[in-house]
Amino acid sequence: MQRFKCPFCGFRNETEFHFAVETGHPRPEPAAEVSDEEWAQYLYSYKSPKGAASEIWLHVTCGEYFIMHRDTVTREIIGSEPLPGVDA
Amino acid sequence: MSGWRHETLGSRINREAPVTFQFDGNRIHGFEGDTIASALLAAGISIVGRSFKYHRPRGLWGMGAEEPNAIVDVRLGEQHMPNQRATTVLIKPGMDVRSVNASPSATRDRFSFMDRFNRFLPAGFYYKTFMAFKWIWYEPFIRRMAGLGKVAASYAPSGDVPHVSASCEMLIVGGGPSGLSAARAAVASGKKVWVIDDGPDLGGSLRWRGGSINGEPWQSFMETVKSAIEQSGGRVISNATVWGVFDHNMFGVWLRKPDGPDQGMKLRAKDVVIAAGAIERPLWFANNDLPGVMSLEAGFYYLQCFGVVPGKRIVIATANDASYASARAFEEAGVDVTLLDARPQGPDQDGVRTFKGVSILSAEGRTRVRNIVTGSGAFECDAVLCSGGFTPSVHLWCQAGGKLDWDEARDALIPHAGTCAFHVVGAAAGEFGLGAALNSGQQAFGVTSSNKALETDEAYSLTQAPVRPNPDLPGRQWIDLQNDVTLKDVGLAAREGFTSVEHLKRYTTLGMANDQGRTSNFAGLAAMAASTGRTIPETGTTTYRPPFEPLPFPVIAGRRRGELFNPPKRLRLEREHRLNEARFREYGGWLRPSVYGQGNEGELAQAEAKAARETAAIFDASPLGKLEVLGPDAGRLLDFASYVQMSTLKPGRARYGFMLSESGVVYDDGVVLRLNENRFIFSASSSHVEGVRFRLEDARQDRLGRKNVCIHDVTQGLVTLTVTGPRSKEVLEKAGIDCGDLSHMGVRETELDGHFLRIARISFTGDRSYELSVPARAGQHLHSRLGSALAALGGRWIGLEAVMILRAEKGYILIGKDTDGNTMPHDLGWGGPREKREDEYLGKRSLFTPKANAEDRRQLVGLDVAEGMSPLVTGSHLVPAKGPQRSLGFVTSSYFSPALGRPVALAMLENGAARVGEQVEAFNDGELTPVTVSPACAFDPEGERLNG
Repeated sequence: MQRFKCPFCGFRNETEFHFAVETGHPRPEPAAEVSDEEWAQYLYSYKSPKGAASEIWLHVTCGEYFIMHRDTVTREIIGSEPLPGVDA
Repeated sequence: MSGWRHETLGSRINREAPVTFQFDGNRIHGFEGDTIASALLAAGISIVGRSFKYHRPRGLWGMGAEEPNAIVDVRLGEQHMPNQRATTVLIKPGMDVRSVNASPSATRDRFSFMDRFNRFLPAGFYYKTFMAFKWIWYEPFIRRMAGLGKVAASYAPSGDVPHVSASCEMLIVGGGPSGLSAARAAVASGKKVWVIDDGPDLGGSLRWRGGSINGEPWQSFMETVKSAIEQSGGRVISNATVWGVFDHNMFGVWLRKPDGPDQGMKLRAKDVVIAAGAIERPLWFANNDLPGVMSLEAGFYYLQCFGVVPGKRIVIATANDASYASARAFEEAGVDVTLLDARPQGPDQDGVRTFKGVSILSAEGRTRVRNIVTGSGAFECDAVLCSGGFTPSVHLWCQAGGKLDWDEARDALIPHAGTCAFHVVGAAAGEFGLGAALNSGQQAFGVTSSNKALETDEAYSLTQAPVRPNPDLPGRQWIDLQNDVTLKDVGLAAREGFTSVEHLKRYTTLGMANDQGRTSNFAGLAAMAASTGRTIPETGTTTYRPPFEPLPFPVIAGRRRGELFNPPKRLRLEREHRLNEARFREYGGWLRPSVYGQGNEGELAQAEAKAARETAAIFDASPLGKLEVLGPDAGRLLDFASYVQMSTLKPGRARYGFMLSESGVVYDDGVVLRLNENRFIFSASSSHVEGVRFRLEDARQDRLGRKNVCIHDVTQGLVTLTVTGPRSKEVLEKAGIDCGDLSHMGVRETELDGHFLRIARISFTGDRSYELSVPARAGQHLHSRLGSALAALGGRWIGLEAVMILRAEKGYILIGKDTDGNTMPHDLGWGGPREKREDEYLGKRSLFTPKANAEDRRQLVGLDVAEGMSPLVTGSHLVPAKGPQRSLGFVTSSYFSPALGRPVALAMLENGAARVGEQVEAFNDGELTPVTVSPACAFDPEGERLNG
């Protein structure tokens, strides 16, 4: 049972969290100008890094999405922060 | 009969309290504090079980979780505990203990002839033999022979094992000398320490080996450390096993309570010290599995803790210093002891008959050992106590990802420091001997002035010479006692190419029994290394996984079983519905009425659906999602999150729409209500409320910004009752509820006797319907008002089964039932927004991919069957009426419609919209039924009842 850090609530059991998406994955739009290739990349192409990863997670119990930095090999939680422009 | 009870020894037993129990039908007398194993040994029972494959007689080997032979079935009153290790269960009066894998008893087992076929049953016997013919021919016989213990069909372990969560600053696993020493140093440096030990008290090997520490007996040292731990705010937990290491230093702990239910603990520790000790290795010689051949350390333990001695003439065979103290203790207890040290050199010791450079070649005897043969002659004996050295208990270290190093001098794989964040001390780290253990314990934290170094007059460290199985000896040498793996089997596996330890394990089943190879893995590994010419580190070890020892399932499951495994959500009005004879079933995580009344469920549902079309009906729609979207940006948020534009909705109106996922697939459908300029309610499907809420939150937090909009889930704060049917308005009037001139898809907020009331004219049945929502506290009031009015008009309460029929007649879909992971809105006949909307919305781009534009997409249709036919089977494939057969789609919903007097069905059909009027066939279980493709809506296609 891993413990993840919500920037608002602190460390909590992983069962309280849902993975949302990797960071650095902007949505291409407007739709009319996005090629099939680009859209497929957006939908399905992820880095899934071995080691340091930076991801958006949802803390289900408080309802906040936030950014978490963690190591997918050592399982170390490097840190977490609110989405840009949000105060913790 | 050679085990006996010493007159004075035995620190754990209470001689004032005799306990009588049964073993294989015989009465056995022991004392309070005895384990089943110690009591059987004291009673002179030498055969405690039969081996798994050859049914050889087997006696007690060990003292704890490593015990491979003494596996027993224990019954006490109502309690039944199958496959217990006799070494870990305390005896209780009236206990009924039976040996396993033996019939009728361990002593007279009718399958003992199996041993004579041993040459035909080598490793891999099954794989080679049962290739021919069909497995089904052999299966009944093999199933009968296989497996240990029996579980009665009615057996259900008591489910009252609570789980507790806890956290501590420092966890020390093991309360032996090194654990105590580490705890003492940690407390001195200001830590709050938890020590967990699987024995009844702390002390570990001190309990039988004894010793003095800093000039005091070990007991006073232990008491001092214990009270220091407790005074500093720590805890000492005995009778508990740390059975698994999980992510981020979480530990599974099994707490055994002699008089109450056990407990499961999830313990989170900041720092961890492993002081788990070591397990003694056996020695290898022909017939080393005979009853009477035991672990020396275990023998010493039974002597000191229970006063139980395994024989009168004991041979001790060893190659390490630790055995000399044990030999002396047996000699002092009045036993005739012969010590055989395989090493030519060894410590000098007075009083014990010692032979150096002598090792055992074979043991002889039929049902127990009578004689042993060595290179320098034979020795008569009634017990052989063996010590082949020690294997550090590195299970938890390895479970946590720690690596091992081969240490030549210690002849063991020991933890490679730094590969895991835990500290390892004492014998678990290869520090054998009391002095070395104490020292390594306190070195983990440094020695401070208030905490002077520990001294002992026992031997500081112990040396051991490597002992290995010798393939040149004649006869069968057992490596794994429980699974009957001999040295020859390991050799065979090597010759047949199963040289990886993981293959060796699975091919020969070495180490796969419930002792998990504690006494056998090392020998198997060493033998494999020798036969393949590799070193031990090159050969490697198998993977360590939780649990450390077999534990009862209730300890893992806790109270999450039965109704509590995945508890459904309950309706506020459940009691009222039950008083109306509702029958409940789970729908999308909610326990809801399926039908009302006694009798056949299908017939009741038909009658309810009929009443709903003819007069009026009410159903509880409270689980329907009620997500409030509030603020000036609410319209913009909903425009992005839903497929149908919502910002153009007028206050007081409702609109049906979809939420898509980014892949364009329909995720949910539902109605959005606009109450005023800045307030919407997203009425998500009952089972999708949380998912829709977080998709809305995602759009709010990661796209739109949270300043001007917020989302509030009030689903469970309201009770919603839906009144439907041609006379639904009369029901409301009779109940004194004014719905004004509300038209279809109209919403109004009003009051009911001082309670807030929202009326929405929304229909999931195709008839005029009113959804009435009140605060949950007013639910009962609304229920009784509407219920009386309904009864007066001759309407009925209806359950979800009737609602399913009504909505299917109208072609109203259920997401996930009538749609799947490919269904896009234009497959449901909702192509409008896709063609017209210019702005961005969730999933938009996915609606224009080549796949989304394909002409062979499966689309929602209805199906008509010929008159007099019964309803189609849901899930039936649709195949062309002519030409080659292939699946064109499948039936998603199918019911008999009481209103139409014929079956109705919905289906996903390839290019379905263009096929309306065509004939296809429904294929189910080899049978074909001709059907005609029709529009999805079969009842009142003009919608006159809805709008009228």
